[in-house]
Amino acid sequence: MAVLDSKIPKGPLKDKWVDYKDHINLVNPANKRHIDVIVVGTGLAGSSAAASLAEMGYNVKAFCFQDSPRRAHSIAAQGGINAAKNYQNDGDSTYRLFYDTIKGGDYRSREANVYRLAEVSANIIDQCVAQGVPFARDYGGLLDNRSFGGVQVSRTFYAKGQTGQQLLLGAYSALSRQIARGKVTMYNRHEMLDVVVIDGKCRGIIARNLVTGEIERHGGHAVVLCSGGYGNVFYLSTNAMGSNVSAAWKAHKKGAYMANPCFTQIHPTCIPVSGSYQSKLTLMSESLRNDGRIWVPRKLEDAKAIREGKKTPEDLKEEDRDYYLERRYPSFGNLVPRDVASRAAKERCDEGFGVNATGEAVYLDFADAFNRYGHLEANIQGIENPSEAEILKLGKEVVKSKYGNLFQMYEKITDNNPYETPMMIYPAVHYTMGGIWVDYNLMTTVPGLYAAGEANFSDHGANRLGASALMQGLADGYFVLPYTIGDYLSDDIRTGTISTDHPAFAEAEKEVVDRIEHFFSNKGTVPVDDFHRRLGLIMWNNCGMARNETNLKKAIDDIRELRKEFWEKVKVPGNSKQFNPELDKAGRVADFIELGELMCLDALERKESCGGHFREEMQTPEGEALRDDENYTFVSAWEYTGDPGNSKLHKENLDFEFVELKQRSYK
Amino acid sequence: MNLTLKIWRQDGPNDKGRLETYPVTEISDDMSFLEMIDVLNDQLVRDGKDPIAFDHDCREGICGMCSMFINGRAHGPQTGTTTCQLHMRAFNDGDTIYIEPWRAGAFPVIKDLVVDRSSFDRIIQAGGYVSVNTSGNTQDANAIPIPKEDADKAFDAATCIGCGACVATCKNSSAMLFTSAKLSQLALLPQGDPERTQRALKMVEQMDKEGFGNCSNTGACEVECPKGISLENIARMNREFMRASVVNDK
Repeated sequence: MAVLDSKIPKGPLKDKWVDYKDHINLVNPANKRHIDVIVVGTGLAGSSAAASLAEMGYNVKAFCFQDSPRRAHSIAAQGGINAAKNYQNDGDSTYRLFYDTIKGGDYRSREANVYRLAEVSANIIDQCVAQGVPFARDYGGLLDNRSFGGVQVSRTFYAKGQTGQQLLLGAYSALSRQIARGKVTMYNRHEMLDVVVIDGKCRGIIARNLVTGEIERHGGHAVVLCSGGYGNVFYLSTNAMGSNVSAAWKAHKKGAYMANPCFTQIHPTCIPVSGSYQSKLTLMSESLRNDGRIWVPRKLEDAKAIREGKKTPEDLKEEDRDYYLERRYPSFGNLVPRDVASRAAKERCDEGFGVNATGEAVYLDFADAFNRYGHLEANIQGIENPSEAEILKLGKEVVKSKYGNLFQMYEKITDNNPYETPMMIYPAVHYTMGGIWVDYNLMTTVPGLYAAGEANFSDHGANRLGASALMQGLADGYFVLPYTIGDYLSDDIRTGTISTDHPAFAEAEKEVVDRIEHFFSNKGTVPVDDFHRRLGLIMWNNCGMARNETNLKKAIDDIRELRKEFWEKVKVPGNSKQFNPELDKAGRVADFIELGELMCLDALERKESCGGHFREEMQTPEGEALRDDENYTFVSAWEYTGDPGNSKLHKENLDFEFVELKQRSYK
Repeated sequence: MNLTLKIWRQDGPNDKGRLETYPVTEISDDMSFLEMIDVLNDQLVRDGKDPIAFDHDCREGICGMCSMFINGRAHGPQTGTTTCQLHMRAFNDGDTIYIEPWRAGAFPVIKDLVVDRSSFDRIIQAGGYVSVNTSGNTQDANAIPIPKEDADKAFDAATCIGCGACVATCKNSSAMLFTSAKLSQLALLPQGDPERTQRALKMVEQMDKEGFGNCSNTGACEVECPKGISLENIARMNREFMRASVVNDK
């Protein structure tokens, strides 16, 4: 098998990035004016990269499928962003953030990349504050922090439950400034449909104007994909409706390897599915597990009675409740990492203890928190001998001040008041750690083609820690890519404008047009969403929280069958020369179907359990994930060879020079 | 429940447009309003008809993409709610529901319920930012303490999702709530101070250039804003604009 060159610099861990930056090639300011860079996607990674590159002097073209760059799905991130500032004097450091991230990722990420991420994390907070991002502050006017799962320090910066929104609007404002200066040309409502490779280098993209239907050619000296994750392959996820894999998948088909595609994060606390019409799932922030206790009935007959509406959770006495996370993991309790909490919920529901009509929900109960905070508050207010009712009232007020917007969101969706009865939650697809393979420079296996943010695979291993996605997106866009891309572009100062008359553009455009026209000439009868839902079910049942060889093989067969049927029977109304959301969806679902097969193949090949990837055959006697470091300490990078089922596996070995590999334990 | 929908159909910016009637059946209380439209569109596609075009993305009330005028109200009958967060339990069996796009000269219709809100982007481009380049060397984030009250107010203004409900609701199609939210956020923070004067002048100028109307203090925008952006911000913008007009010596 070919060796993948990760281009990790030599030297001690803490010096790698600084030394590397000092010695890479630069492009002088006058030459930057003659170089064009294309950025696809305007979330945290895309907006920050486009703005930073334009500030440096490059000519940037930025693309998003939404009606404005401000709407990219980074906007929906709730909890916060990690940074090793040690403002709380609790012993945090770059090394600790690095170590927590490596361990949280179950030892399947690259040390050098993760250390660099931790190293630039503090700069991100400085940059965002300078832009006017209104982070939460304490009464002294200084920045406040909160704590997240999997760590023992408070390093999470936040802006209520809308941290992603505030950070994205900060990057969007920087981007807007460059648009006004004419250094960024912004293409809203445009979708990238292919990358163009000339003489082995990425030199542009084919895009469709989603309003007019026009197919456009755009040339550039380099292309940066910041197109997000692919959680929507499961149909139901916490992603936005439009989030898709198409840009990444098109790049994959043109030579970019896909790395660890089966590494997906299932978030434990989401609002359960309520019906077959459901279009998306909504997250309830991880922060709720600080105060909420997760339980199911201890007896099967109680669970049955609750499902049938004959009993309510309040009817069950304390001894009839099973706080299963506290039972199984006494030292971490309700705050075990996401992968562990999700699997434990599934285990109870599979055994018949689920508490909603579908049997797929557990309780997240705040009754104890009301009581605890109520007593504290009564003391603070100097109320002597408070009544039960008074304590409850005071406690609810405290919880409201902490999580009010989340409680309100829950009530809007479920019509249940979580102050009166426990929340019902269930795990849902949330994030994808896998993605396009990149080297230390964030360059893919196609020279000149880069990937940043959730679209790449680089930093989170097999499980991402909470509040680290925002950190990575902005690290890549503000502080990594703007440096590393110059090293490559320094060879391009005499190239001149990339002409879109090259036959490679014509060829890529023809492929795009042919595929689009097929959707209108196939005489299909079945709407796109039908296929997407069916794909989602196959993926969720076989490549979700638990995976095994038999099911994965069956899933691959089912997906291949589905793909065939899709191309024969899918129905897209209207035509290609108009605003046509059904056409946009059809193209995305076609790519999801191919990706789904590769995910199952990847999951099948990785015969170990690690992080979010749980192979039922590989578990400890207590049902925990069992890693196989001897045989699987590598990144699986898949090369496209004409059919996803025949993809070729390349391995990048992960060398742990600075961290000792251990079995994770949260007991 | 069974419902009758009266939905605005318009092929493009130059088409006159009309309301068309669509019955929908077996709608569940637990469906979101957009999921109800999904059901209708599924049927339209199967019948070989043109589905309803509408903007939507995150479906959890934060991206600002969804934008329906429902029974004469932006985002429907509930306050503090975007269309994607509105659920069918807010309606009754047998109801007739009127669904229209945002209507404003500065928001031309692209198709059916989809409008072009790029005028909002141009208002931000006129000055809704702090001119700071990316650098690993800006000062430490805690170097300038900001009073909690100011930081909280700036945050409240900054939670605007840019959906345009304020414009659609306003009888003057004014964008002053939107513009003032960004202007206030930056006016309340020390980082915004160096560009304060030009920002106020330029953002207001752009707002006028886009064809948005003026504010006549009716306050409907504040009531219909899904994020509860306060009218106070408009007052602050007026002060900022007045101040800038006096001190500006350019």
